[in-house]
Amino acid sequence: MAQPYVKKDDDRDEEAEYSPFLGIEKGAVLQEARVFNDPQLDPRRCSQVITRLLYLLNQGETFTKIEATEVFFSVTKLFQSRDFGLRRMVYLMIKELSPSADEVIIVTSSLMKDMNSKTDMYRANAIRVLCRITDGTLLTQIERYLKQAIVDKNPVVASAALVSGIHLLQTSPEIVKRWTNEVQDAVQSRAALVQFHSLALLHQVHHILIGECNEPILCKWRNPSGSYLKLNFDDISSGNTGLSVVVDALLEGLNNSGPVPEDNFLNIRQNDRLAVSKLVTSLTRGTVRSPLAQCLLIRYTSQVIRESGVNTQSGDRPFYDYLEGCLRHKAEMVILEAARAITELSGVTSRELTPAITVLQLFLSSSKPVIRFAAVRTLNKVAMTHPMAVTNCNIDMESLISDQNRSIATLAITTLLKTGNETSVDRLMKQITNFMSDIADEFKIVVVEAIRSLCLKFPLKYRSLMNFLSNILREEGGFEYKKAIVDTIVILIRDIPDAKESGLFHLCEFIEDCEFTYMSTQILHFLGIEGPKTSDPSKYIRYINNRVILENATVRASAVSTLAKFGAMVDSLKPRIFVLLRRCLFDSDDEVRDRATLYLNTLRGDGSVVETNKDVKDFLFGSLDVPLVNLETSLKNYVGDLPGSLSALPVTSSSHMCMIWIQEPSEEPFDIDSVPKEVKSQPLAEKKGLGKKPTGLGAPLSGPASTVDAYGKMLSSIPEFSSFGKLFKSSPPVELTEAETEYAVNVVKHIYEGHVVFQYNCTNTIPEQLLENVIVIVDASEAEEFSEVSSKPLRSLPYDSPGQTFVAFEKPDGVPAVGKFSNMLNFIVKEVDSTTGEAEDDGVEDEYQLEDLEVVAADYMLKVGVSNFRNAWESMGPDCERVDEYGLGVRESLAEAVNAVINILGMQPCEGTEVVMSNSRSHTCLLSGVFIGNAKVLVRLSFGIDGPKQVAMKLSVRSEDQAVSDAIHEIVSSG
Amino acid sequence: MANFSTYQESHPSIKNILLLDSDGKRVAVKYYSDDWPTNNAKLAFEKSVFTKTQKTNARTEAEIAMFENNVVVYKFSQDLHFFVTGGDDENELILATVLQGFFDAVALLLRSNVDKREALENLDLVLLCLDEIVDGGIPLVAYSTIAVGLLMPTTFLAAATWQQAIGGHEYYCCGMILETDASVIAGKVATHSMDAAAPLSEQTITQALATAREHLTRSLLK
Repeated sequence: MAQPYVKKDDDRDEEAEYSPFLGIEKGAVLQEARVFNDPQLDPRRCSQVITRLLYLLNQGETFTKIEATEVFFSVTKLFQSRDFGLRRMVYLMIKELSPSADEVIIVTSSLMKDMNSKTDMYRANAIRVLCRITDGTLLTQIERYLKQAIVDKNPVVASAALVSGIHLLQTSPEIVKRWTNEVQDAVQSRAALVQFHSLALLHQVHHILIGECNEPILCKWRNPSGSYLKLNFDDISSGNTGLSVVVDALLEGLNNSGPVPEDNFLNIRQNDRLAVSKLVTSLTRGTVRSPLAQCLLIRYTSQVIRESGVNTQSGDRPFYDYLEGCLRHKAEMVILEAARAITELSGVTSRELTPAITVLQLFLSSSKPVIRFAAVRTLNKVAMTHPMAVTNCNIDMESLISDQNRSIATLAITTLLKTGNETSVDRLMKQITNFMSDIADEFKIVVVEAIRSLCLKFPLKYRSLMNFLSNILREEGGFEYKKAIVDTIVILIRDIPDAKESGLFHLCEFIEDCEFTYMSTQILHFLGIEGPKTSDPSKYIRYINNRVILENATVRASAVSTLAKFGAMVDSLKPRIFVLLRRCLFDSDDEVRDRATLYLNTLRGDGSVVETNKDVKDFLFGSLDVPLVNLETSLKNYVGDLPGSLSALPVTSSSHMCMIWIQEPSEEPFDIDSVPKEVKSQPLAEKKGLGKKPTGLGAPLSGPASTVDAYGKMLSSIPEFSSFGKLFKSSPPVELTEAETEYAVNVVKHIYEGHVVFQYNCTNTIPEQLLENVIVIVDASEAEEFSEVSSKPLRSLPYDSPGQTFVAFEKPDGVPAVGKFSNMLNFIVKEVDSTTGEAEDDGVEDEYQLEDLEVVAADYMLKVGVSNFRNAWESMGPDCERVDEYGLGVRESLAEAVNAVINILGMQPCEGTEVVMSNSRSHTCLLSGVFIGNAKVLVRLSFGIDGPKQVAMKLSVRSEDQAVSDAIHEIVSSG
Repeated sequence: MANFSTYQESHPSIKNILLLDSDGKRVAVKYYSDDWPTNNAKLAFEKSVFTKTQKTNARTEAEIAMFENNVVVYKFSQDLHFFVTGGDDENELILATVLQGFFDAVALLLRSNVDKREALENLDLVLLCLDEIVDGGIPLVAYSTIAVGLLMPTTFLAAATWQQAIGGHEYYCCGMILETDASVIAGKVATHSMDAAAPLSEQTITQALATAREHLTRSLLK
């Protein structure tokens, strides 16, 4: 049916659209597959059909179980044909179909016949197919042939068997292990890839063997003749014969050219080290032909180095000479592999690094993009740990800034920004300026972020960096890119006081010609807060007023607010601001006029210059202290039942004024104080999530305290808790119930100097129930230092409307008391009639067990970062320093241990030191925080991990108070 | 368990080889890792790789880029786009060698007419070529799909035993490089049309090339 149409299409547009598979359809091809069953096989036709089937599979088409079985059975018929090409396609097809165990039996005999064929190609392919589809039982039958194949004189056959062995090792290790003799022979094959494959297999066999024998072995390395290496193993014959076979065969077989140090006694606790290092020792001295095998050997060597550590006798690293020698190999992939292995050595010294850096530097000017990329990527990594070692390459790196490949250019720039010193910043900036014009926005953002950290590193260089930012701000760019720049400027203004004036000026320039309304309003808001505090606020007025004249209504409205803020803060500007605001009274937009009117009245714009009172400032700068969601609900309720015409209603409270449009004035005005200040748990959790991100404009200068502020305000409005003083910390919500239970409860721990308040956020998820007098009964018997002082029950908890109940505890002042609390939710249940929604009058008292809650040491620690840890550390001084070492026992990995300690302390990791490089054997982590009692604490953690994953940690604490330093140590030693 | 993870890392491994046309559509693709478990995930990866590399000039020298923690090396010829993907830590030059091997072998087999039409007409050769470059290994079923949390996630069983029992997804450990020399690859593929009599070991590269050409002439004439 599709055929005629396709034909026509062909005629019309043959060159552009021709494809032998045009209009191909699964059903039709499956029909065609019937030719496989013909008594007279046409090999060419069959090959074509298989190709068509493979094409379908390749395009993502799937066969049903029945279809696949049918195709499989007919394909097996094709083993009758002697056509070579067809046989190859049959092999491919069988591999694609992955037949199930019962189907495999059908082809086994055919494949086994091919395995013993005289034709090498048949043997090689049959081995690969059979090993792929077979299971353990069948494997024992063909094992003999596979062992033969490994030592086959044809490299293709040998490789096929070896590669299959590598894969089979994962499913049937016990069988593959028995092949070590043959594999051992294959290592000496003259064919490069056979050597590569046998080396890979041999190494993996070792890994399997390692798991099996654990007794320590004393071995002796001797070099009696100067050309032959002999090993004596004690114990080994009693243990695992496999290992001795491997190692013996390995050493017998390989001719070793170099001499071995005389009578080195090594007492090695673990066999893996022994076996692999034997393998590596012998091979690194022999000849390895294939570059791939050489790369493999380098990987194994670095593994041995990792596991053995620096030689205790001479202080030399074993095998370093071999790695260095590989840097002079003729194949580039080997050079790269060796250079990378050297840079990744744990605790690598600059002397060891130098030769590797030198070859990578040469790579930087290669004509091949892949080589340049590999080199710059490796150097970029080195720059994170050893910036000084990379500085030699800076000249070459700078030329890569203009590289055609943008990944290379970006890597080069970020490397330069990492290694750059204070003096080179200016030159670098010039280079980057040229580069910025012709890269995509996504790369530009990476660069802007790198510049942000560079500027925080070298605050003195803010001038040139700020200039750079203002230049790129003026150029073309999308919203995300511009936002990244503006965010960076805002952060610099915040962290570098000197940069404030010029930064604000650049932002003013930017909004003169900014196409993004969102960004203009954000900058105007920021300007309103920061501008009045500068030395000469008047110079910003022009820019702001330009917005009032030239922009759209949204920007005009926020410009009016900004003007008002200047008016409120700077008395000398007040008369001029009033003139400008009065002009706005004639604006075409309601919102702008309203704001102008409001501000004129608030600031008493009747001409008289008076001191702006605190309320007005609060009003202009403070944030709304009721959650917007609650305000909205209350207003809806208030307005809801009032029909009639529109009119405005002013709402007042001590520090807020709102204008509300309602349909008819109500008898009594809306009282904003009636809006509940208790926050629903859900929105707050979201807010918390957002607050964590260090966005520039999104989070104004108030910093990370915003959630604590919100909680603080809410709690201080509850009379029972108002006497507790200032809220120190609020934890993120901890769930006390499983998801989807009848009642969902989570708890927020609020920590005060001498009190702890638990805020239980409860949600009733049963529509037929109304809960009343909800309270959590807390059993503090496992928290001796705490005593309950008060609680605030929740009067009513209707369906799906979260509410809070509180319990307050007293604890010793300023002491990080810890304890465990068990919780029981206690309430009165009332049935709700689902039709009327009315609750019945009588309720039943009921309770609901919640999970336990713990107050831990981390609850007394505020995560507060420092921008420059070293400075902070130095300025804190060693007066109250305490250093101690701890063994953390066996850990899964270094990263896991680091995270565990960070979590126990609950401190803020600084300078990205919470990230542990994979494979590293040691790590230093910097933490900062504020401990209860407002004591600043800085912590430097040094971790080390050894072979059996024993982790040791050195903990240095500096704080303003010896007692606090001691407390931190106590937390760690008890955690 | 630890052994397993180290030996996945220990030998150079290939995650996929892609051959796409100038619209980003598949000509032939082969995946060796389970990073992209569904066809849609595969297509999405191909699309993102294609669109991001489309505008670069990878015609004379192979180019390179990073995608979602993978390194992709690529090279274009007329309306064909060749890609080889490896893990984040893979030696880029090994990937480039595999790419070059694939590219040159296809060029030899298609007698330097490396374009989509020629590739599709000789799709059997291209597929055999892929088969000779990297060995995909044994499909394994992640044990964890049977009882999540009860067993170690990195314990595997042979697919043949488990797949039909539980219908779990196939798990390919990684692709082992089989051969990177283009003429050898082309030679192996091209023996296709030869009589089974001549064993490969006795063939020189020149012979292999001659066979490849011969095959082509034949396929053009048919």
